[in-house]
Amino acid sequence: MFAVIEPHLSILLVIIPLIAAPICAFFSNRHFAWIIAFTAAISSFVISCLLLASVIDGSVLSYHIGGWAPPWGIEYRIDAANAFVLVIVSFLGAQVLPYARRSIEKEFDESAHSYFYVCYLLCLTGLLGVVVTGDAFNVFVFLEISSLSTYALVAFGAKRDKRALTAAYNYLVMGTIGATFFVIGLGLLYMVTGTLNMIDLAERLEAFGDSRTTQVAFVFILVGLGLKLAMFPLHLWLPNAYTYAPAAVTAFLAATATKVAVYVLLRFMFTIFGFKFSFEALTLEYVVMPLAILAMFAASIAAVFQKDLKRLLAYSSIAQVGYILLGVALLNHTGLTAGIIHLFNHAITKGALFMAVGCFVFQIGSSRLDDLKGIGHTMPWTTAGFVVGGLSLIGVPLTAGFISKWYLIQASLEAGSIFIAGLIVLSSLIAVVYVWRVVEVAYLEPAPEGGARGEAPISMIISTYVLVAASLFFGINSELTSTAASQAANALMPPMQMELSPAPPVANEGAVQ
Amino acid sequence: MTPEIAITLTILLPAGATILIALLDKWPNLRETVSLTSAAMLFMVVLGLLQDVLDGARPAVEWVSVLPGLPLAFEIEPLGMLFAVVASGLWIVTAVYSIGYMRGNNEEHQTRFYICFAIAISAAMGIAFAGNMFTLFIFYEVLTLSTYPLVAHKQTDAAKRGARTYLAILIGTSIGFQLIAIIWTYAVAGTLDFQLGGILRDRFDPTLLPFLLALYAFGIGKAALMPFHRWLPAAMVAPTPVSALLHAVAVVKAGVFTMLKVGVYIFGIDLLAETGASQWLMWLAAFSILAASIIAMTKDNLKARLAYSTISQLSYITLGMALATSLGVMGGAIHIAMHAMGKITLFMCAGAIYVATHKTEISDMDGLGRVMPFTYMAFLVGALSIIGLPPLGGAWSKWYIMLGAADTGQLLMIGVLMISSLLNVAYLLPVVARGFFSSPAGTSRSSVVAIKEAPFWCVVPLCVTAIGCFVLFFYAGDIYTLIEPVAFPEGARLP
Repeated sequence: MFAVIEPHLSILLVIIPLIAAPICAFFSNRHFAWIIAFTAAISSFVISCLLLASVIDGSVLSYHIGGWAPPWGIEYRIDAANAFVLVIVSFLGAQVLPYARRSIEKEFDESAHSYFYVCYLLCLTGLLGVVVTGDAFNVFVFLEISSLSTYALVAFGAKRDKRALTAAYNYLVMGTIGATFFVIGLGLLYMVTGTLNMIDLAERLEAFGDSRTTQVAFVFILVGLGLKLAMFPLHLWLPNAYTYAPAAVTAFLAATATKVAVYVLLRFMFTIFGFKFSFEALTLEYVVMPLAILAMFAASIAAVFQKDLKRLLAYSSIAQVGYILLGVALLNHTGLTAGIIHLFNHAITKGALFMAVGCFVFQIGSSRLDDLKGIGHTMPWTTAGFVVGGLSLIGVPLTAGFISKWYLIQASLEAGSIFIAGLIVLSSLIAVVYVWRVVEVAYLEPAPEGGARGEAPISMIISTYVLVAASLFFGINSELTSTAASQAANALMPPMQMELSPAPPVANEGAVQ
Repeated sequence: MTPEIAITLTILLPAGATILIALLDKWPNLRETVSLTSAAMLFMVVLGLLQDVLDGARPAVEWVSVLPGLPLAFEIEPLGMLFAVVASGLWIVTAVYSIGYMRGNNEEHQTRFYICFAIAISAAMGIAFAGNMFTLFIFYEVLTLSTYPLVAHKQTDAAKRGARTYLAILIGTSIGFQLIAIIWTYAVAGTLDFQLGGILRDRFDPTLLPFLLALYAFGIGKAALMPFHRWLPAAMVAPTPVSALLHAVAVVKAGVFTMLKVGVYIFGIDLLAETGASQWLMWLAAFSILAASIIAMTKDNLKARLAYSTISQLSYITLGMALATSLGVMGGAIHIAMHAMGKITLFMCAGAIYVATHKTEISDMDGLGRVMPFTYMAFLVGALSIIGLPPLGGAWSKWYIMLGAADTGQLLMIGVLMISSLLNVAYLLPVVARGFFSSPAGTSRSSVVAIKEAPFWCVVPLCVTAIGCFVLFFYAGDIYTLIEPVAFPEGARLP
């Protein structure tokens, strides 16, 4: 049986949640819908793990849809880099569902629950599809599937707070602009090369050399994806969307959506453009890196002054994206490893934090810091989980965040810049400030009379603690994550390219036109 | 029990005790029994290891590999052994004292207090036995985080402010400087294992050594080197047993211990001596010693005065390391033990005075010595030990640090140490003099006062440590023998 489906695992990964989604819509009973969604998400997770296991040695799986060989047909191409991201996305996808079951009860009517699962599965389909595919246009299609369903998911928060609607609308506008930029970039690439298969694109771009058109394509794609992944200063949609979306949605999006966009960016930068040309490398060094550093500081400082815990974490997410981009922009192997490992570590850490906040919201109906006074005494377990997540955000040793910081600082020293290392450290000290504001409010303020009434439902606590435990485990034993991240970095940046510095411009520039 | 299991046990025993303590929340007597028993058991285990180390064994154990090539590993060497004996021994005393103090003062959240206390000790053991700088750093941070709730214990605004300063400086320096120094060391040397003679020789550009040392010296904020000393006075808002823990048992001692460790095992004393990389640190330490002593004289709050005294005394140890000579290291190591015993006595006295009379300002303590004779006698002994008067333990450490200064021809440093001793006299002895010879305003000197001491469980520990100050004077030779292989690796002896 297994032998029959094994060759088709890569397509099943996407097909299962895609088919499960409309089935959910047929069930008005929310429990049935949940069971279907959860089964689909778990199967995706199992498949992702199988895929990662088969490519972690550095091999590549190629699946031709409908038997059409690339570059004519659509190819699904799996190497260590996207297998690792697949595991992140599907793990969080499966992990948030048990949490969502109770958490959405208080956030909107039960009749809408089935539709929630539909959107959720479609979003998961889109995210997995983006990662698994080896076709540039296919990326766009899946990106839109996930984005459209995300807008709907954010709007589900409207019952608790009407502002969720404007947030979703805002997100829709910005996301669409991003998608448009992205597809324009793709069009330009197609114009130059006449192909959309990623490997094919890379080969032909190399053969044609650099040109004004590729440069413009690069910039369009960078800006388009920058909007999707909330690269500073293109992050404006994110704080509101994260703040007003239902708790489960925030946890899911924060842990996966921006991460997938980062992956696409990496794929385009390294596999397709590949820094064979100076323009792209210079853009990274002189535009992306300063912006990343700016994000680390500006967003962290903004987080310090937030009054709403969800918004505080949202700003922190923007800062964390800065860390990931900084690692990538350092353009060395360690830096890329640092970026990828932070992709994972931040996903589990932020997931845990947003879930803990969701537990607060479930019990006291608010995530404002003023309403969370003394919550450490009334909800000790949730708060303790939040504090562990916070420590990981700071990068305290024995938490996952520390591993990321360690690689990141090492990478900046390798790039010969102790200055950047200092900046990384300085900005994580700002994280101490905003995490500690919460700790002080939660533990050192007296709880108001008639405040919270004990802990959130056990299923929500357990889901939160799985991620909390993961952020501790991967801080104590980073063998799995560092191997996978390093293999992923190998896949994106083959060893021969490692010592790469911006290559001299191609001599016969312009000959392509 | 093999030494390897014993190492693991020293860390897990106090950590495991926290679970029992948490479960026994409702039964204070049982809870305190657990605290005391685990303290006693820990001390036994450490003493067992001490015998092995004295015999020349260096037991080691590796837990788990956190990053490739960077395991959580432990290896016992003499300096760490000394720190472990001091910390675990004084934990027993402090545990007894806390019972008297916390109950005498009817403090709230006592369970949280005992839990954090035990975690702090567990972290101190991890620091003492760490086999590489990475492991040490991890437990260093655990120690910072576990003592934060202790400093903020009273939950008043002042306590919150103090705790915030405490955390900001300790985390800020450790992540801001120390972590960078560690990663830099690792990037250059390819290892973080502690090796006698250092790991940087021939691998590190000598002109950059002073910078790396600066990152370490300021990064080890727990050593309270000026200008990163503010956290110590800020932490004075904590209950007195916590101050004892901070000043004597674990926190500051962890700082100076790390300082010695870095000097001896990362840089190597010889390398520091050859390159002169630690010259500037020597001057800064000398400045810290004098400046903190002078500030101490201006403080009327007894605990604040003692806090500045600690800052000054810690710099003795930094100075011993920065002299970059065997005798200096020896003096610094001995001072860890001597200062711990002296300072814990002084702090427990300050706490006992607070429990009995609720007085914190020295100017209010006129004539108290006749009301609390035991406490004041102990205070006198502790003060004399800090000043460095024989036959008290503190005499030896100053002796060796001065010998070290003479050895390297730094005669000015001898002058600094002598002036510092005079300053110690000037800020510690007036407290005793007021207690015995002045009278509160409005009463005559000859009036007879009834003796009214603090609770029994407060007074006994401070008498024990006061006697300890005497005992250490006679057993300093044993500490010398223990440290000898580290300070004199070639087997060179005193002339």
